[in-house]
Amino acid sequence: MAAPPLTFDERHTSTESSQSPVIAFDGVSIAFEGRTVLDGISFRLSKGETKAIFGVAGSGKSTILKLALGLMKPDAGHIHVLGEDVTQMREEDLFDLRRKIGMVFQESALFDSLTVRENVAFRLLEEGDVTEEEVEKPVRESLSFVELEKTVDMFPSELSGGMRRRVAIARAIITHPEILLYDSPTGGLDPVTSTTIVQLIVKQRDVYKTSSLLVTHRLQDAFIMAANYFDRKTNQMQPLPPGMRGEVPMGFLILRDGKIIFDGDVHELAASRDEYIREYIS
Amino acid sequence: MELTSPQDFAKDKLEAIQDYSLLASRSVANLFRYPRYFADTMQQADLIGVGSLPIVVLTGLSIGAELALNSANTLQRFGSLSLIGQLVSVGMVRELGPIITGLMVAGRNSSGMASELGSMVVTEQIDAMRALGTDPMKKLVTPRVVSTVVMLFFLTIISDLLGLFGGSLISTLLFRVDWRQYWNSAYQILMFQDVLMGLVKPVLFGFIIATVGCYYGVTARGGTQGVGRATTQAVVASSVLILLVDLLATKLLMALFSYR
Repeated sequence: MAAPPLTFDERHTSTESSQSPVIAFDGVSIAFEGRTVLDGISFRLSKGETKAIFGVAGSGKSTILKLALGLMKPDAGHIHVLGEDVTQMREEDLFDLRRKIGMVFQESALFDSLTVRENVAFRLLEEGDVTEEEVEKPVRESLSFVELEKTVDMFPSELSGGMRRRVAIARAIITHPEILLYDSPTGGLDPVTSTTIVQLIVKQRDVYKTSSLLVTHRLQDAFIMAANYFDRKTNQMQPLPPGMRGEVPMGFLILRDGKIIFDGDVHELAASRDEYIREYIS
Repeated sequence: MELTSPQDFAKDKLEAIQDYSLLASRSVANLFRYPRYFADTMQQADLIGVGSLPIVVLTGLSIGAELALNSANTLQRFGSLSLIGQLVSVGMVRELGPIITGLMVAGRNSSGMASELGSMVVTEQIDAMRALGTDPMKKLVTPRVVSTVVMLFFLTIISDLLGLFGGSLISTLLFRVDWRQYWNSAYQILMFQDVLMGLVKPVLFGFIIATVGCYYGVTARGGTQGVGRATTQAVVASSVLILLVDLLATKLLMALFSYR
């Protein structure tokens, strides 16, 4: 049987590094047209951890990601990302911070007038004086990560929904960002394509140790992530050995009526006595 | 339809003016900040300038020809047909060339910018650009403003020349005015102030077309219907602003040059 993703030492290091959160929300509130969406929420995302955010539609899951990126400003509270308070930063200063973060949007948000190559290379071409030849290698690597090398010259409109999501992942990871934000990456996709995308997220978590926030409606996706690890030898997602279940840096966060009603790991989630949570996960 | 209170209506309008002013000032300020998007500016110049050329050629020619046709009858009555070159020249260079070209380019490009940027907003492409560390104001708005200002300047010169040419065709073919006399009088009448007035206006109009088009694009809300609404509003607002600014600029420049 293949070895679990983290050795004891790695886990020890991971625990130490988790002391300093990469994302910290402190008493964050936001309302739209008089309706409170987030009401003083606080949580931490540790280094190397992937945290899945759940909640009913309109509960503010995607808003959390946009707030973390500084695309929106909260009405109250503070958000620290990689040590910087994004609520106090000007838009011009946020661009440097955003270069360390990758985001996969709900509907992919690929630039429809650019080819897959130009979409994936966008950040590299924007960041400096690099030629198209110089970005070819990282583009190919990034597309090979999502197994879509053949689509390099195609336009987003020529791709299926699942392929567009995978290109969006390739675009987000090309610069190996410190944080990845996934907004419903499997929403509206068939089970096979969803599993492919879940596998890519697990690969990013276990191979590159990227800290991530994952917004999803699909509880089963997060449970698969908590129960599997990425095996580099077979280049496949594998189930964790018995006794190691949940021994991956995977957290769960559940929103209800603008508040966080659960923030913990898979064991704590399974042990929860809260009626709403029990109903949610059943 | 939901009714809004006068205070809310006034607040919304003031907020819109503030947002537009911010966008317009930032589009200019970005000229002095890095990065500068030269390739994007050239691409927009091609789309706006070369793309608008056929419509500008057509309108320039026809407006010049119609101006000559309409004024020839009146001039003939006073036995002053020889002045037709002067009339077409001053009319085209000072007023009709800039305004007709401005309105044509506004109809074609202000709407194009609003719909393109509006579609990018509703499909989260603008947010994606911001998330990727790129300022959409620098990447999308400033290149459009620069290229529209520059290209409208040259398009207006082309329109003026073609208007004069259209006028000369009508004058010589229908009214037997001497070709050389027409061009000579058209050239002689023009003073520095006329040319300057005719070349200042396209700069102002180009700025209006691009900033209004971009403003309605980046503020588009409400899916495809919202994009459609933004497109229409962009054309209406830019056309009305062009007419207003034309009036103000003409009055101001005439006062400035103590016009004859």
